[in-house]
Amino acid sequence: MVNDKRDLSVELCGVKLDNPVIPASGTFGFGREHNEFYDINILGSISIKGTTREARFGNPTPRIAECRSGLINSVGLQNPGVDAVIAEELPHLREIFHKPIIANISGFSIDEYVECCQKMDAAEQVAIIEVNVSCPNVHNGGMSFGTQPEMAAEVTRAVKAVTHKPVFIKLSPNVTDIVAIARACEEAGADGICLINTLLGMRIDTMRRRAVIANKMGGFSGPAVFPVAVRMVYQVAKACNIPVMGCGGVESAADVIEMMMAGATAVQVGAANLKNPYACKEIIEALPAEMERLGIDSLRDIIGVVE
Amino acid sequence: MYKRAKYKVSENIALTSSVYRMRLEGDTEWITRPGQFVNIELEGLYLRRPISICDWDEQSITIIYKVVGRGTEQMSRMAVGCELDVLTGLGNGFNADAECSETLLVGGGVGVPPLYRLAKELLERGRKVSVVLGFGTKAELFYEEEFKALGAEVYVSTVDGSAGVKGFVTDAIREHDIAFDYFYACGPMPMLKALSQSCEQSGELSFEERMGCGFGACMGCSCKTLTGNKRICKEGPVMRKEEILW
Repeated sequence: MVNDKRDLSVELCGVKLDNPVIPASGTFGFGREHNEFYDINILGSISIKGTTREARFGNPTPRIAECRSGLINSVGLQNPGVDAVIAEELPHLREIFHKPIIANISGFSIDEYVECCQKMDAAEQVAIIEVNVSCPNVHNGGMSFGTQPEMAAEVTRAVKAVTHKPVFIKLSPNVTDIVAIARACEEAGADGICLINTLLGMRIDTMRRRAVIANKMGGFSGPAVFPVAVRMVYQVAKACNIPVMGCGGVESAADVIEMMMAGATAVQVGAANLKNPYACKEIIEALPAEMERLGIDSLRDIIGVVE
Repeated sequence: MYKRAKYKVSENIALTSSVYRMRLEGDTEWITRPGQFVNIELEGLYLRRPISICDWDEQSITIIYKVVGRGTEQMSRMAVGCELDVLTGLGNGFNADAECSETLLVGGGVGVPPLYRLAKELLERGRKVSVVLGFGTKAELFYEEEFKALGAEVYVSTVDGSAGVKGFVTDAIREHDIAFDYFYACGPMPMLKALSQSCEQSGELSFEERMGCGFGACMGCSCKTLTGNKRICKEGPVMRKEEILW
């Protein structure tokens, strides 16, 4: 082991994290499964499985398609609903993970976002609310909230009006101008931005001449999207004055440092948790040596250092 | 509980033109029931490959797989001595302690392998074991002798009639008038459905689905059942006949 004065801690809107590594929502459930592999208390925090007002089964299967350097998923926000998450999952998570968590919220209407965020705001162990605006708005022809600055700002304002905890808006990369959307969220009161969600993708089973995924398209993630994520984190961090959680294709300590240099204050790890259940643990354990190699004493010193 | 470990290939032989048996030397302490599976990392492929466990002892796992794509094709070319990164002890597996006396085990194609260990465990518990193995044609047949060697009654069906009863596993069960009070099955979905609907007896069936992680984190392989939503990889792959929504 390398010496251990190296400082891995970071702070997100007043929330202190022992290290910047956070499993991304949807790749870590509510911690139960990965905790069977290792003690998850090593993590900086956890972004729990995306939660909606009602219980959802999600999309038909197949929901998964393998790609070169990644996968497409079309789970469709399967979750037991916000009340069941608070009543059943959070108490169990508290037993196995003794740090503040990030609640990831989805909605298909402004009302739904508001109700879910209000409930999560009241949950003691939730430190940050992460609002996924990639879902379709059922009151607006199914157009995703996150694809237009005005709609993203409307969700942000509505959620901020009913919450006391820091609110991060998780943005979709499937847009023309990510900076305009991030700035609209900041102006509407967002405390931070998380990006990127998955890229819309598709695979075809050429033998059967049909899409691999039942829903035809799904979200592409994995190491292939890392450069896209770094670019968007860089653009948004430069354009906004609120902290950014970087997410997309991270699978090593070197990737974490690169994402932080692009402007991320904390870094989420997604698809890697599925391929290698120990991914986050291994990344955290590798960080001190990587910091030593690059002459970094404190991770806080490198956030957004790239001009 | 489950874990990831390194395993060394100690055997990798062809049983038919497309079905192979691989033996992996390494820790097996996390495997607790027949019908569980392993998830194997392969070079250059992003997702692991879930393969059912055919048998295991204290130092090795036996798997039988069919070459159906890039992953299994890569596996078929592996030499003895190769090292693999494997998650073991995944899934719930069959309940060999189900209350019954005469059991029927039904396997279709590469659904046959997990029934091998199950047959062993049922015979150890003093159950009568009849096995029906269904294949497309005689050339695809494997493990008939191995099941017989355990002491099971073995019947075969082939779609083209080149071995055993001509037709499906359900035809062989009818033709041989096999007596049983509980069944276990693994194979293609149409086989599982036909079997489940054609017999009054209770039983357990093993399913498959495209998986992301194989250990319950991604919700990629969920299905609806009469007892709630289940993940094929975690609460499955084995389900009781009474809970399945066809």
